[in-house]
Amino acid sequence: MLYSDKVMDHFTNPRNVGILEDPDGVGEVGNPTCGDMMKITIDVADDKISDIKFQTLGCGAAIATSSMVTEMAKGMDIHDAVQISKKQVADELDGLPAPKMHCSVLATDGLKVAIDDYLVKQGREPIAGEIKSSDPTFDPHEDEDIELDDE
Amino acid sequence: MTKYFDYAATTPTDPRVVEEMLPYFTEHFGNPNSLYTIGRDAYKALEDARERIAALIGARPEELIFTSGGTESDNAAFISTLNRYAPDGGAHIITSAYEHHAILEVVEWLAKHDHELTIVKPRADGHVYADDIAKEMRPNTKVVSIIMANNEIGSINDIAAISHVAHEGGALLHTDAVQALGKIKVDVGELGVDMLSLSAHKIYGPRGIGALYLRRGTRFDPLIKGGGQESRRRSGTQNVVGAVGFAKALEIALDDLDAEAIRLSRMRDYLIDEVTSRLENTLATVESDPRLPNIAPLLIKGVEGEAMLLQLDNLGFSVSTGSACSSGSLEASHVLLSVGVPQEIAHGSLRLSLGRWSTQEDCEALVDALVPIVERLRAMSPVYEKMFGSEGYM
Repeated sequence: MLYSDKVMDHFTNPRNVGILEDPDGVGEVGNPTCGDMMKITIDVADDKISDIKFQTLGCGAAIATSSMVTEMAKGMDIHDAVQISKKQVADELDGLPAPKMHCSVLATDGLKVAIDDYLVKQGREPIAGEIKSSDPTFDPHEDEDIELDDE
Repeated sequence: MTKYFDYAATTPTDPRVVEEMLPYFTEHFGNPNSLYTIGRDAYKALEDARERIAALIGARPEELIFTSGGTESDNAAFISTLNRYAPDGGAHIITSAYEHHAILEVVEWLAKHDHELTIVKPRADGHVYADDIAKEMRPNTKVVSIIMANNEIGSINDIAAISHVAHEGGALLHTDAVQALGKIKVDVGELGVDMLSLSAHKIYGPRGIGALYLRRGTRFDPLIKGGGQESRRRSGTQNVVGAVGFAKALEIALDDLDAEAIRLSRMRDYLIDEVTSRLENTLATVESDPRLPNIAPLLIKGVEGEAMLLQLDNLGFSVSTGSACSSGSLEASHVLLSVGVPQEIAHGSLRLSLGRWSTQEDCEALVDALVPIVERLRAMSPVYEKMFGSEGYM
């Protein structure tokens, strides 16, 4: 099981670590029994993500995917950001080892929850749909629609 | 230069062992089963290695079967005996919950093939107790297998007492002594075992060679069938060069056993004391004696083991963790869970294991590197304060 240089870079020097003060939206996913927890905070202006920060408890892949998703989402319209897929995050990191693909679910789900939190606070309809990883009984390995990286 | 803290995973081959092995790759390359001179030379070297290893563990040479390593020895200990003692199934076997996978996978397989299985839990102090085995004995119990020293937490079990219980109930006793060998005394007579698994690469010998001690008179159906080598108990052309290296490695390890155990246990205690005093919310997984001198099992609450491992690796330190993420499964180490460590905490396990080239200086450097890494990872965690802070629930 090998991590790409890009994963190691984002793991060693994660971008956008921390919590925003009085954020417009907050997303918290994962559970400590499984070992991975993620909290993402966003500020939104004109439906664009103007600032974003994350905190993650987890393995190298969990931290790297969290870091990458914040980089991807920064400046994006929330309607586009909510569409960021785990596959896209993994691709941006030059791939993830197969047993680690589920870690990117946490990162994209954290962002989705934060966006919905922002919308609901605004009195608007949520747009992210079902978020599986905020369920404490969620098993990311059951998620079989992930295309595994052949590398 | 990497600072190696994972001697329980494998060890570098001692240069003195390599030197002893080299002529058997080239000059003395013969097949020990061939009758001409170079074959006989190889045979003599093989039997000489067998005699030396047997003598060092209190066995007779004919009681030692060379295998490919600990995993094969563990497999054979169950499958080869049960094929003779209970060929049609129906035997009861007992083992512990914190055995190596080479045992656990085999017993699970046997349980699916018409044998009965009882898995006994170690107690929270890290030891498996003979009393707990005695309660599980049944009239059809045929094999009891308990690890001599655990590879993740270092706890040493009273195998002599467990042997006594097994024998009273008419069962064979096997122990996996792979981690114990070369760190503490292993004497098959004192232990009273019928079978015992050994491996060379944990004691500065080569990989790919191990042995199974099989007490004289124990019935045994070979796991590896073929040309009938090893007195028809393990087929395949013998690994002469490996056996020569194994014997030399064991001699070196036992030559200095007591002094080295003291040196290693001082560093082990330093690591435990220093990490637990400099970092809040850390503890030794178990500290109950007897335990191996070279394993410091630590729990670093509120961090994930793989993240710690990779950060340490970036700074040149090789360590091991029992976290789920390091294995690709969701379950944390079965060893840690078996001694009652909760999942949430088991994810932050750190196993430091010491050996021949470990130094106090490297131990100090490791702790100096670890402290800021843990502080940084905890600061990055969304739940550290909530779970482990002053108002925390764990």
